[in-house]
Amino acid sequence: MIKEKKSLLAREGVQTFLSSLLCIALGLIIGFIALLIINPAGAGSAIITVLKNYLYYNRAPLIIKNLGNTLVKVSPLLMCSLAVLFAYKAGLFNIGAAGQYVLGAGASLYCALALQLPWYVCLLAAIVAGALWGGIVGLLKSYCNVNEVISGIMLNWIGLYLVNMLLSSVKDPASPYTLGLSKNAPGAVLPSLGLDSLLNNNRATIAIPLAVVFAIIVWIVLDKTAFGYELKATGLNKHAAKYAGMKEKKNIIVTMMISGALAACGAAFLYLTGFEEWSCTQTSVPGMGFNGIAAAFLGGLNPIGTIFASYFIEHITDGGSFVDKTMYCAQISDFISAVIIYLCGFVLFFKLTMNNWLTRRKEKAAAKQNSGKEADAE
Amino acid sequence: MILLIQYTLIFASVLLLVALGGCISEHSGVINLGLEGIMVMGALGGALVMRYLPSIPTGMMVLAVVLGSMLVGVIYSLLLAFAAVNLKADQTLIGTAMNMLGTAAATVIVKAINTAEDPNNVSSTISYIDQKKAFIINIGGFEFNWFMLMAVIALILVYVMLYKTRFGLRLMACGEHPQAADSVGINVYKMRYAGVMLSGILGGLGGIVYITAGVSEWKFENGVAGFGFLALAVMIFGQWKPTRIALAALLFGLFRALSNVYTGFAPLVALNLPSTVYNMLPYIISLLVLALTSKKSRAPKAEGVPYDKGSR
Repeated sequence: MIKEKKSLLAREGVQTFLSSLLCIALGLIIGFIALLIINPAGAGSAIITVLKNYLYYNRAPLIIKNLGNTLVKVSPLLMCSLAVLFAYKAGLFNIGAAGQYVLGAGASLYCALALQLPWYVCLLAAIVAGALWGGIVGLLKSYCNVNEVISGIMLNWIGLYLVNMLLSSVKDPASPYTLGLSKNAPGAVLPSLGLDSLLNNNRATIAIPLAVVFAIIVWIVLDKTAFGYELKATGLNKHAAKYAGMKEKKNIIVTMMISGALAACGAAFLYLTGFEEWSCTQTSVPGMGFNGIAAAFLGGLNPIGTIFASYFIEHITDGGSFVDKTMYCAQISDFISAVIIYLCGFVLFFKLTMNNWLTRRKEKAAAKQNSGKEADAE
Repeated sequence: MILLIQYTLIFASVLLLVALGGCISEHSGVINLGLEGIMVMGALGGALVMRYLPSIPTGMMVLAVVLGSMLVGVIYSLLLAFAAVNLKADQTLIGTAMNMLGTAAATVIVKAINTAEDPNNVSSTISYIDQKKAFIINIGGFEFNWFMLMAVIALILVYVMLYKTRFGLRLMACGEHPQAADSVGINVYKMRYAGVMLSGILGGLGGIVYITAGVSEWKFENGVAGFGFLALAVMIFGQWKPTRIALAALLFGLFRALSNVYTGFAPLVALNLPSTVYNMLPYIISLLVLALTSKKSRAPKAEGVPYDKGSR
């Protein structure tokens, strides 16, 4: 029986799950300590508010409506985390997901508001724009040896200013925001297939189930196809992959294009619901792509795991907006998620310690058995 | 024209300080992608000194602010050193986390201070307009900033340290071939700690220079707009060599300054480009420069690889 328990703990998936839970627990504790330092009076209720999010309301219709709001934002986050994960499997750290997301927002909103195209064309436009933006990173990496993190960051800022410029043409004259989607381009709003009445929320669209479908597709591609195998091989050892006859340069570019397409598609999933408008004067890159990094690592770099991790990150981010503003600010949730990502860096160390502990225990048990046998022999 | 030189010099100072920090860290073998976060925290440290010590003599003020930002920067950089050296964590991931954490933590702290004073104040700024004047000497329209001098001093110190002292040469050995360094009795872990902490000192100082370079008060929510990464681009363009980094910083500083003052130049205004083009310019230039120079990069060989005593 002890043997079975050991094998369970030694399993990769179980270890990943446990370490993610540990990261979350430690992140929440550190967040709680920060709240205590800021103002001890309300810290307990504040951390509970963050964790409760929409359960903050006590009427069922409101709870369901706000659950819908959270889910609407989970779908782009999930797509961004899939983008980060997909690139990471091929050994690329796609911090440029944020910029590809911005390009996706720009392309989809421009096609919707300026060109009055139907939603599926807008979605496709976002995907193409994101793939191009990601492809630049891939090209620079494979042919010019440019570190993908630095080129990604540069392209984030270039993309932000570019999209601000592009979307200024479809701006509401009275505000810095783009025109409302449902009023000005009803054909570009994603269909909801009854999800809106189910969730009592007219922003709930097919984006939510589609994002989950994408997670499953990414899982299949990475784990069950030759292409996924090649990508992972390139990620583990570029030179070995090349030696084995894989086109490592092409693989890097294709990976970045797919990664960019995923992130940009996520942006379309948010902006084509009309949930929020693009502010043409914003001076910082939207955090969605960066939170995608958090979700990807918290989900143990497993496409199915990221579904839950994305939900969790968005849950506490939304929960942050409910805290008592006279004492704390909403950014406390960003703080907690940042701490969680930092801790995710320790997952490898955690697993190593756990495996060492397991082998030591095994050896001890074996030694005991041996000494027992020797005693018997005497 | 004077304005252009002034802005070029101040932005070049920021880039130079931070890039030198990144350079030392990478020479010790740790890639410091968390410079952006370190800058924000350093800026916070300096701004808090200005806020809580409003009426001390000018010289003391300069010293106190510099020390404050360096101290917070170095403490924050320990997060990277601990993760990268002791726990052998993925340095890219830790750096990214530190950038997000830096902005989030600084915003939370600043807002907490503001809200504690006045519950209706939800801004993320610290007022330091008067105190900021301590750093500036007006010479015939040109605002000389003490930070410009500090950047030059830092350049000389880093150059001497890396190439002329035992410590610097040992540090660089740890980034090139840590096993060899270890075999002759150099403590690689300690050296890497030193490298990261020095980058924390310079990054923190760069942060306070960055936020005081602007005209208005800085919103901590905004972070430092990719300056930490621009500094890394400067470092790569400078091929990890302090003197070349200084030249690269001047070039990048010029393009950054153009976006602030291009309206003062008739030929540039005549081009009739939207202002966003000038905003994009530093990033586009750095991308082009990286594409052209990264191929024959002379990066320290062992950078980014956690050192494990047991491995061969």
